[in-house]
Amino acid sequence: MLGALLTPSAFLAQTDAVTDRIVTPHVDWVAIAPTMILIGGALLLLLASSLLRITRPPKYLYAGSSALIASAAALATEKHWERVRHGRGGAFIANAVKVDGFSVFLTVAICAAIALAALIADDYLRRERLDGVEFYVLALLSGGGGVIMVSANDLIVLFLGLEVLSIALYVLAGSHVRRAESQEAAVKYFVLGAFSSAVFLYGIALTYGATGSTNLGEITNYLSTHVVFGNGLLVAGMALLLVGLGFKIAAVPFHMWAPDVYQGSPTPATGFMAAAAKTAGFAGLLRVFVSAMATQRLDWQPIVWTLAVLSMVIGSVLAVMQTDIKRMLAYSSISHAGFILIGVQAATQDGVSGALFYLMAYTFIVLGSFAVITVVARQGDAAHTLDTYKGLARRQPILALVFTLFLFAQAGVPLTSGFVAKFGVIQAAVDAHSYALAIIAMLSAVVAAFFYLRIIVLMYMADPEADAPPLTIPLGVGIVLVVTVAFTLFAGILPQSLIDFAKSAVLS
Amino acid sequence: MQPSVSFPILSALVLVPVIGAIVVALLPKSRAEIVKLVGLGFSLITAAMAGWMLVAFHKGEAGYQFVSKHAWIKTWGISWHLGVDGISLFLIVLTGLLFPIAIWGPDERRDIKAYIAWILVLEAGVMGVFLSLDLFLFFVFFEIVLVPMYFLIGGWGHENRVYAALKFFLYTMAGSAVMLVAMLTLVFLNKSHTGVMTFDLLELSKANLATSTARWLFLAFALAFAIKVPVFPLHTWLPDAHTEAPTAGSVVLAGVMLKMGTYGLLRFGMGLFPEASTWIAPAMLTLAVIGIIYGALVATVQSDLKRLVAYSSVAHLGFIIMGTYAFTTPSLTGGVIQMVNHGLSTGALFLLVGWIYERRHTRQISELKGLFKLAPVLGGVFLLVMFSSIGLPGLNGFVGEFLILIGTFASRRWWAVVAGTGVILAALYMLWAFQRTFHGEPDEVNRDHMHDLTLRERLSIAPLLMLIVFLGVYPKPVLERIEPSVKALLIHVENGSGTVESRVSSGVVESAE
Repeated sequence: MLGALLTPSAFLAQTDAVTDRIVTPHVDWVAIAPTMILIGGALLLLLASSLLRITRPPKYLYAGSSALIASAAALATEKHWERVRHGRGGAFIANAVKVDGFSVFLTVAICAAIALAALIADDYLRRERLDGVEFYVLALLSGGGGVIMVSANDLIVLFLGLEVLSIALYVLAGSHVRRAESQEAAVKYFVLGAFSSAVFLYGIALTYGATGSTNLGEITNYLSTHVVFGNGLLVAGMALLLVGLGFKIAAVPFHMWAPDVYQGSPTPATGFMAAAAKTAGFAGLLRVFVSAMATQRLDWQPIVWTLAVLSMVIGSVLAVMQTDIKRMLAYSSISHAGFILIGVQAATQDGVSGALFYLMAYTFIVLGSFAVITVVARQGDAAHTLDTYKGLARRQPILALVFTLFLFAQAGVPLTSGFVAKFGVIQAAVDAHSYALAIIAMLSAVVAAFFYLRIIVLMYMADPEADAPPLTIPLGVGIVLVVTVAFTLFAGILPQSLIDFAKSAVLS
Repeated sequence: MQPSVSFPILSALVLVPVIGAIVVALLPKSRAEIVKLVGLGFSLITAAMAGWMLVAFHKGEAGYQFVSKHAWIKTWGISWHLGVDGISLFLIVLTGLLFPIAIWGPDERRDIKAYIAWILVLEAGVMGVFLSLDLFLFFVFFEIVLVPMYFLIGGWGHENRVYAALKFFLYTMAGSAVMLVAMLTLVFLNKSHTGVMTFDLLELSKANLATSTARWLFLAFALAFAIKVPVFPLHTWLPDAHTEAPTAGSVVLAGVMLKMGTYGLLRFGMGLFPEASTWIAPAMLTLAVIGIIYGALVATVQSDLKRLVAYSSVAHLGFIIMGTYAFTTPSLTGGVIQMVNHGLSTGALFLLVGWIYERRHTRQISELKGLFKLAPVLGGVFLLVMFSSIGLPGLNGFVGEFLILIGTFASRRWWAVVAGTGVILAALYMLWAFQRTFHGEPDEVNRDHMHDLTLRERLSIAPLLMLIVFLGVYPKPVLERIEPSVKALLIHVENGSGTVESRVSSGVVESAE
């Protein structure tokens, strides 16, 4: 009994005491199919490109294959969805991997992020003369890690996913080899990220110490059958887990890395990072806190409340002061993290579905925004001051109009997905009687509207700089813009189907 | 009783301008004239539909007519729910009337395609605000109108346009931010009683709220509307926005968009929180009277003609607020009709000031002189509109102000007495401004640049002038359509609060006619 309790379930394989043979659990390949497709596809792509010695890849070869791999992974969730619909979802592979509506929803979001980022990247990499397969491989691997995280049912698996996601992202951040800022971003992200991973790991250890398991299901069982009132070990464990995940989602005060990393990373990588890392980080938060540690709600809710308020207020206020568009979007993404935390804090079904809707909407908005920024930045990926947006409406009206839509969506103007997303989390907060939080959120949205509007002012109401060269929208970015605009409007005007999807993805 | 109409006229009122905007956006940029004509065409179709609705409207009925309801977001109990009653009817007609005039009247040439498209989007939004019977839908329209107006002010305005546009957007958004939280609170409180989540105005107005809760929620709603009206001291965005906006923007802003605030106070403030509305009444009346006096005094000292008209709006809206919170049938009826009157007269005034600016490229009163001699038709029209704005008997402004004052006098005597001086002050600043700009001998600059109204300008302002006279002489058709709904609203307030005494005598209205 004691032995069973002490064996971390995440070791998956257990030793049979009599025969001394290692018993491996049954592997349910369908349950991990999306991850396998993404990681397998990445390796295949790497192998093919090096074996075939492709030095000058044809246009959109890699981007197209990456998008196909991501789509295949997203389609593989159809099998999961079928299981969920027939009540055959649940935990698989020694209870380490969960197949539920939640994992399906967020896997789709991450796969969308991979496909969109790959399409933006193709023209970017060509323009910056960085063309190679590495960007796509890393994005696929990183997305694979994200998918592991969203379906993790064990803290160790969650950590594995986190590391796969992060390590690939560190390299992506530094992948613009000729820009010092890119290197700086990578080092900063790596050092702080490794540190936060260690904190997270320590949190796992303490939680294991307090509950006797790393399996989320067993933690839930333990907490619901034992009174752990005033248990310092568990509280410390939760705090450290929160710090680790708070770092990934860039919630204040764990946000320090975000502005520098967002600014320095190659723009398509920034977009991917903003979408996928946030989605995966929130998946972890929701699974660990809202689901597994629901009984300890009174311990963690006030902390999440504080994180939400700090992120929204500080994110919005500091964004106002930025003169670099990528830094500004970094702070704005911090403020968005605060909004999503409102859904986490509510810890209700509505809260979770609100957070999920927000993550999906944000994935498309942010990738669309970074697609525009990629084009405007031009050769060298350096033109990111707000001044470069002066008179964009006259230089490239379509780009300006599209960017306006994304900025309005981020500001939460009705008939965009951003409004429905904000509405969803705010209504969850009001339903949970967090009135103060709801009002702070709405007022910080007004502050945020100020800096989004400021860019629109520059685009429409200022004259372009005299030496501004003409801008053309490459095909890949064009496709991304069409998809993201369509989604942002669709989810804003007819949100019913996406709300239903998010509702059915709520953790039980 | 529903009029047997199968055509969804109200949805069409919202959607036709949207379709118009899309069509305009798809037209080639080079054909500026066609763009303007197409835009005008769509706004005229909308106006015709509004007119048709006016004819088909069953007078003497208090309830909503032409109701159209379709589920939108079922999960949250949100529906596309439109309806019109006596209170919103004339605001819709006014919207339908003012937009074609705002498109056709001013001679705007810069980037005409985007300009017309934004105006049409704005029209759809304004229509939606006045037609929505669902809180969520209302909020969506209430917020969405900010976007086209922001672009109109920021893109086609005068010198300080960017500042004014930003201020306008952020002020209004801050107000509605708090309103959204209150709205959700109301919805969830109602859900906890009835078990149904709904944003439907008719359902929610039956909600059973504790007095203190209702008061808090009302304050949040009232803040949003008071900013929009604007009620003193939340008015500081208005002079900037009105002055910097292009003529069409000012016409629409003063003509219909300010009414979104007063309409909101009536429809949502009183409809949802009757007790809180009577509780706040003394404060609102006081702020309204301060607004009347303050607006008039500040208007007197303006050196900028457009800013003067803007401040006169603060005073006029004060009258409407006062009529609203005096809670008598005449005062409320007067308030509703005054919303229309202010739209007609101030809309016309902004149009005229815009035409003066197009000729002289200045709005400074000191630089304008003797315009009457150079442009007699313009001067005559200005005179008539000005008298309507002052409230001269026989013109529309008189009907509204008189009803408001007499109704308020019945229930809140001293407020009415103080506000009465506002009428005198209005005559002062208007006549003085008229005297300085139109009388005297024109100097050289004015002589060179000033010319009289063109045929297009005459035709575009003519409908406003006709209505100004018609409503002044024979307001009965309007009053008898407004009154049933106003009475129903007052009964609702009375039932909800039990504090309104039966000062509600319809005899006063009859005598006013």
